[in-house]
Amino acid sequence: MIAAPLLASTLDLLAWAPPGWGATLMVALGKSILIAIGAFALGLLIGICGAYGKLYGSPVTRDLLGIYTTIVRAVPELILILILYFAVTSSLNNLLLAWGFERIQISGFFAGIAVLGIVQGAYATEVLRGAILSVPSGQVEAARAMGMPPLMLAWRVTFPQMLAAAIPGLANLWLIATKDTALLAVVGYAELTLVTRQAASTTKAFFTFFMAAGVLYLAISIISSLLFARAEAWARRGQTRPRSS
Amino acid sequence: MQGFWVPRRIVMAVIAAGLVVWCATALNWSWLADPKYQMLLLQGTWTTCWLLVVTMVLGLLLAIPLGLAQAAGPWWLAAPANGFCGLVRGTPLLLQLWLLYYGLGSLFPSIPWIRQSDLWPILRQAWPYAVLALTLSVAGYSGEVMRGAFKGVPHGQLEAAKAMGMPRFTIFRRIWLPQAIQRVLPTLGGETVLTLKATPLVATITVVDIYAVSSRIRQDTFVVYEPLLLLAVVYMAIAGLIVLLFRWLESRVPVKLA
Repeated sequence: MIAAPLLASTLDLLAWAPPGWGATLMVALGKSILIAIGAFALGLLIGICGAYGKLYGSPVTRDLLGIYTTIVRAVPELILILILYFAVTSSLNNLLLAWGFERIQISGFFAGIAVLGIVQGAYATEVLRGAILSVPSGQVEAARAMGMPPLMLAWRVTFPQMLAAAIPGLANLWLIATKDTALLAVVGYAELTLVTRQAASTTKAFFTFFMAAGVLYLAISIISSLLFARAEAWARRGQTRPRSS
Repeated sequence: MQGFWVPRRIVMAVIAAGLVVWCATALNWSWLADPKYQMLLLQGTWTTCWLLVVTMVLGLLLAIPLGLAQAAGPWWLAAPANGFCGLVRGTPLLLQLWLLYYGLGSLFPSIPWIRQSDLWPILRQAWPYAVLALTLSVAGYSGEVMRGAFKGVPHGQLEAAKAMGMPRFTIFRRIWLPQAIQRVLPTLGGETVLTLKATPLVATITVVDIYAVSSRIRQDTFVVYEPLLLLAVVYMAIAGLIVLLFRWLESRVPVKLA
């Protein structure tokens, strides 16, 4: 490989302390992970509400949720991020001004979480809707017949049983969330990919830095795949194993 | 259509039409009248479309051997194919794009024989790197899909073909591949929409697609939302066309329900 000697001579650029960029990259990685966690959590919340709305809501709610999931899944994330990034910031400021407050600068961090969370919410709605449907309806009916209030029913009957069906889809969504944080680089938020590019163009060691960032992303995806596999095994405890033919 | 146009849908359609009319009248669309921008928008849409078609075709051609290697290949073929899919699926496309564009782009000029070759005028542009990155991405994601598809073809079909003395490649061409592709047509439609949604990333390496055109209009005219709205509409229209195309393809495949 031609890049090998090039790589070796620039490897000390990854050292922890300056002039190495290690610490800077790790801080950026932390920001990426925090945004991904925030977006995933917000997406889950929207997804749970959306899934219940789509299944049990009024016809109008169902139609509106259908429009939301369709639009979010048809328009590129990058454009949604741009639209929401500007729209969320400016409409919040307009609201604040109308109520007589000062306009505020929304940090890229929270705007990023909000925007990616809304995108995630659309996908999570579909995943969780399928998972809720996988719970045998007799179980829900039995709980209703016993007079269980809806929230307790969701908590005790639906959630524990849908978890096994939902986890593979949610694991996929989490991986998408970690990768989608890279899109915030385009709106200028200093997460891992943007910091990597800054480091690379400062030092001209493009391969070293992009590959290092790739390794970090891969590590996230491998570690979280393992964790989700364990979570799925835990959620499937007590289930009879389906016989594969 | 009786079931669709119930009263609440009519009310919603009226509200939606009202929104469209409001958008058309209250917002600033004067830049659309400029023939320079019209031309640019058409060219940008064309770039996005050919990029999508070329990368989907090349990516799927790569995905077939990748899927086959993982489904039926020996371990020394299956392991690299599996690793490649994991690598592509585990890192953001933006990072892959920048690695190829900035990395290879900074490496190539330092190698004399590449600079002197006939390919150099092409390699100096941005689009080969965009095509390469998107193709590898499609190959990685669809390779995983094809693996499942090849495994899903019933064994009896292949055994029957073998028993009839069909050569191995003919079995693959006539029986294995068509049935595998039939199975994953809906998934491939989804992959195509995902690829469409990934194309605006190429604007970050100076390929002038529809997204780059709208960014340029926004910079030139200081109009913030309207080009973005137009962009969203264009992408939704293309996504709708893809969905219709794949529905048509699926309807052409004879289905026998067990």
